[in-house]
Amino acid sequence: MASVVLSEAEKLYIVHGVQEDLRVDGRGCEDYRCAEVETDVVSNTSGSARVKLGETDILVGIKAEMGTPKLEKPDEGYLEFFVDCSSNSPELEGRGGEELGTDIANTLYRVFSCENTVDLKSLCINPKEHCWVLYVDVLLLECGGNIFDAISIAVKAALFNTRIPKVRVLEDEEGTKEIELSDDPYDCIRLNIDEVPCIVTLSKIGYRHVVDATLQEEACSLASLLVSVTSKGAITSMKKVGKGSLDPESIFEMMETGQRVGKLLHIALQKILDEEESLGTSRPKVGFLG
Amino acid sequence: VCDRALRHRYNGEIGDIVVGRITEVQQKRWKVETNSRLDSVLLLSSINLPGGELRRKSAEDELAMRDYLQEGDLISAEVQSIFSDGAVSLHTRSLKYGKLAQGVLVQVSPSLVKRQKTHFHDLPCGASVILGNNGFIWIYPTSEQKEDEAGGYTANLEPVPLSDREVISRLRNCIVALVTHKMMLFDTSILYCYEASLPHQIKDILKPEVTEEIVLEARQRLLDLEG
Repeated sequence: MASVVLSEAEKLYIVHGVQEDLRVDGRGCEDYRCAEVETDVVSNTSGSARVKLGETDILVGIKAEMGTPKLEKPDEGYLEFFVDCSSNSPELEGRGGEELGTDIANTLYRVFSCENTVDLKSLCINPKEHCWVLYVDVLLLECGGNIFDAISIAVKAALFNTRIPKVRVLEDEEGTKEIELSDDPYDCIRLNIDEVPCIVTLSKIGYRHVVDATLQEEACSLASLLVSVTSKGAITSMKKVGKGSLDPESIFEMMETGQRVGKLLHIALQKILDEEESLGTSRPKVGFLG
Repeated sequence: VCDRALRHRYNGEIGDIVVGRITEVQQKRWKVETNSRLDSVLLLSSINLPGGELRRKSAEDELAMRDYLQEGDLISAEVQSIFSDGAVSLHTRSLKYGKLAQGVLVQVSPSLVKRQKTHFHDLPCGASVILGNNGFIWIYPTSEQKEDEAGGYTANLEPVPLSDREVISRLRNCIVALVTHKMMLFDTSILYCYEASLPHQIKDILKPEVTEEIVLEARQRLLDLEG
């Protein structure tokens, strides 16, 4: 992960600040930075979203394509995640970014492996033969700390924005099946994202933990906990990252903070998405020019 | 017709004050990152030793270089000369320069730092700021006793009190707000922005609506000052 070098005195200042619940930019330990979320930014995808969380900039595009269902789950569609970090910095180009990319993709697979996150049965067209596969492409445009949270918010927003065309399966006399795509471009199915979790990263700094760490704060933190929380506050998965160790007591505290913060995050995100939805097609799009 | 880029690398000029970060410790010099095209150089012969003593540096000093300045340390220095390839040579041969202790660094574009007579300011709101010509701004708590002892080498590692922290965080957010609106940074503009931000909470300053409001107020006061 791209990181900054800090002097010992700077790190000390940050650690002491966190102890007193006043971080460098005036936030408390549980405050997020100002986030901008915009959906439908890429026109040739089924759904897309762009999230700017402070300096971190993430672009997610979802393409729905037809494929064959997996053998062990013949009546469900599935999601595939690809993460690209190469546009971030020279050190992440080529091989360097690949490790980070696969790490993020594996975390996303884990988060979405839970049964109810996305209604995969609705993605099925013909059991055992045809289903919708959602290819989720994540582009890390700029890393300003806390990329996992931003990526999960962007994926949720993009899933909300995804429109999958309605198909009908026609069977002739010989039994061959034909798939007919509806002519109306607005006739599509939307996904229900109520159960899609968001990742909350809690970084341990000193004796306390912070939410939404900046690059400087990440440099002072030796261990972090990633929890994926649903809108109802249920934790679907957990992952510990970092070289340092975490006390079991702190893990419980961090989980509780994660649940609390996660619920608020879902409420705020849903509000933005509903607002965008209500503006409809007349919404002024800022995209990449704003 | 003159063309000045909005965002560019720092081009050193003799006499400029810069804030830089040590990237490498080499044989008789340190390499300092100052947001320029090439890393700046701080020669061992150009620093002042702890205690302010001035003597020719010996071989022991060369081996003990890392005890003075390590990779990652921040320093304030003055540009002494410029090499033929454009790399800048720094010096800290005055007690007001040297290693920086606890505080906050904000990196902005060099074009936004106004050239003034002095770049070290003790602001009346309770903190001090160094406006590096290279765009590195250092905000730190004002120390009570004057730096007559070490020239910056003994770092004060005691926790900074909460009141000072609030001032520093507010200043940091104000500087970020001014930079977002491409306003020139100098002591008066930062101070006006600080005063305009007082009715708001520190973390709210970075919200787009609040940023616009306080920058507008600061800009108005600056215009009134000129006119």
